[in-house]
Amino acid sequence: MSESDDTTDGSTSTEEPIENDSKPVETDSETAEGDSTAADEDGSPDTTASERTPDTPEDAGVPTGSTPLEVEGLRRTFGGIVAVDDVSFDVEAGTLTGLIGPNGAGKSTTFNLITGMLEPDAGTVRFNGEEITGLQPHEIANQGLARTFQIARELEEMTVLENMMLAPKGQVGESLWRSVMPITRDEVREQETEQLERVWEVLDFFEIDHLADEYAGNLSGGQRKLLEMARALLTDPDMLLLDEPFAGVNPSLEKRLLEHIHELREQGYTFLIVEHDMDLIMNNCERVIVMHQGRVLKDGTPAEIKESEEVIEAYLGGEV
Amino acid sequence: MSADDLRGRFSGLFERDVTLALAVLGTIYLAYVLAGVAFGYGLRGQLNSIANLTFYIGVFGMLALALNLHWGYTGLFNIGVVGFMGIGVYVTALVSKPPVAQGGAAQVGGFGLPLGVGIVAGVVVAGLFGLLVALPALRLRADYLAIVTVAFSEIIRFTMMSRTFQTFTVPDTIDLWLFTVDPTADTVGLGGGGGLILNYPDPLEALLRTLFLWEPYMGFVGFVQRTLIPNNPKPVIDGLVYGILLFVCVGLFYLLLSRTGKSPFGRVLKAIREDEDVANALGKDTDRFKLTAFVLGSALMGLGGILWYSSRGSITPPSFRPNITFFVWIALIIGGAGSNTGSFLGGAIFAGVLYEGPRYVKNLVETAFELGDAPGNFGEAVAPMASFDPVPFVLYTLDSVSQLRLVIMGVVLIWLMHNRPEGLLGHRKETASSIDLSRPGGEDASNAAAAADGGENR
Repeated sequence: MSESDDTTDGSTSTEEPIENDSKPVETDSETAEGDSTAADEDGSPDTTASERTPDTPEDAGVPTGSTPLEVEGLRRTFGGIVAVDDVSFDVEAGTLTGLIGPNGAGKSTTFNLITGMLEPDAGTVRFNGEEITGLQPHEIANQGLARTFQIARELEEMTVLENMMLAPKGQVGESLWRSVMPITRDEVREQETEQLERVWEVLDFFEIDHLADEYAGNLSGGQRKLLEMARALLTDPDMLLLDEPFAGVNPSLEKRLLEHIHELREQGYTFLIVEHDMDLIMNNCERVIVMHQGRVLKDGTPAEIKESEEVIEAYLGGEV
Repeated sequence: MSADDLRGRFSGLFERDVTLALAVLGTIYLAYVLAGVAFGYGLRGQLNSIANLTFYIGVFGMLALALNLHWGYTGLFNIGVVGFMGIGVYVTALVSKPPVAQGGAAQVGGFGLPLGVGIVAGVVVAGLFGLLVALPALRLRADYLAIVTVAFSEIIRFTMMSRTFQTFTVPDTIDLWLFTVDPTADTVGLGGGGGLILNYPDPLEALLRTLFLWEPYMGFVGFVQRTLIPNNPKPVIDGLVYGILLFVCVGLFYLLLSRTGKSPFGRVLKAIREDEDVANALGKDTDRFKLTAFVLGSALMGLGGILWYSSRGSITPPSFRPNITFFVWIALIIGGAGSNTGSFLGGAIFAGVLYEGPRYVKNLVETAFELGDAPGNFGEAVAPMASFDPVPFVLYTLDSVSQLRLVIMGVVLIWLMHNRPEGLLGHRKETASSIDLSRPGGEDASNAAAAADGGENR
């Protein structure tokens, strides 16, 4: 979590609104190649990543204004500890919003409260204008709010393909009788065939198609992160909540992940990313929410955050 | 002959389920026939031995398949298998036993409905009890479900034994929603510790009569009597035909469960087994899936119980002790949880090798070596060891083989846990999908990096 300058950082520095003292890195192909030989764990050459066009600097075609996710007065205690205390924020459509904070700031708890894994003691969560507070996780997921987990949680004894095929919504074959009965089973097969095409597209997009028949449990940490994001994407969400998508990911893969995220954002997906790494968030997000000790400490553009005394205090003065 | 030997011997044919199943069954049957030859069995003895073996392979295969849906697919730790079996067969008995008149013999009667109705009722009620157990228990973590289910199966057994439920007097008329029935039955009940005499028509006979095959069947029996087995061949042939019937049922179980497994439904079950939170976060209502799977498995266990016990003359509560549950578990562990083919093979190997095998080994040794009488107790068996005479001890061991069976099962289980915890076929990729998941267009040959596995089939 060093405050190093960005020229040495492999991550793409793309978003123009982000103005810090460093010059934007104009090309990163050589860093990428250096990384791929040094630290690629899955043995797949990473050259395709550098061939990809880097993200366009301007926010092309991103609708602004609407806020799909609105969190208001969220509060949750565990025993005597107030993990999340009166947290309110919203996320604009088509943006990449970062949620950062030191350990124990309540980021993951906030995530769990939004996605229904935990129930809030107080406060509301609204998604696309509908209140989703207290709904079951699967109901929230079906509304189009997908999440990934902090520690990639793969379905280990299922293949990558099975992991991916699981995700799409509205599968008729999820009814036992439809799956078993002879006539309706044809319907199931038809739908699965359609679904399979999309699954392979996404596998190709994330460049994990060579792992399709592997058990998810055999994947490396970084590959799991890719799979998890690919899987979340297949639920056809409007918005993705990523819980530390870059934790334990090597630099070249991190770069790839970031590229994917930017690419998806341009396609109109909205992202909320929890992350420890200040630099990463500062360089990639349009907006940053800083949490500290369960509260929202600061909410603004990266530039504003960087200048904020409180944030520096929280990060450097408090626990790291 | 352990599971691993078989695996090694037939590793070349491993890809095909059918080949594998036939190979394992063939080996077991061959061993039994050879043992029969060694014992000097006549045709009748051989056929009896085979019918007996077939029966146990059938029932254990079925039950292991049903348990595989709970544990292998969904990760539901059900150790109350025998409870559902008991419910199935008791309900069948209750519905189908002929009625007895009030004040008649101490006999407990039933409702006298056709056996088919009884079987359906047994299966449905077993499923309903599955629902009853699952509703509160599925909110619990896996190990608590285990406690709930084993307690449930014991409650069922104690209910069977209880005097309270021993007999009921049925009122003369019962008002149902739309019509009034006048049941012929006067006393029904669970029979208490004495159990129930299954004095309804023999299930096989009932089935054959329904299919209008009873006359040809009797003709066939007569033919066998004239040509092959002159002395009352009917029980032997009954046993064999019932065995075939069981195999047909195993086939139906397999068809149903492999269709269940190879579908989006089965995929969600697998996901629940691996990580329920993830399945939930992907928008799957995991409670619903767990309930459905649990009810289906329980109903199938009920059917398994019916097929196991309903052809017997009577049922008693001690038959439904938890050891049956653990037998089914051992079968599933041998075969490999998560694989339907493996579950059936586990059932077959368990029945052939661990359940019936020790008795045959004992007979074989006794036939081969013409040994004398075994000592009467453990002291007499061990004392000669002091003078380096192991024979009495060996004899004693052989004589206690049916008790030692449990020890052997335990040893096999420990060995498996150490050396092959996933069982015979547990880690094979039985892809949970109704279709082949390889890349559409068939250009996947180049990037099938992980095609080293065998089980990609549907």
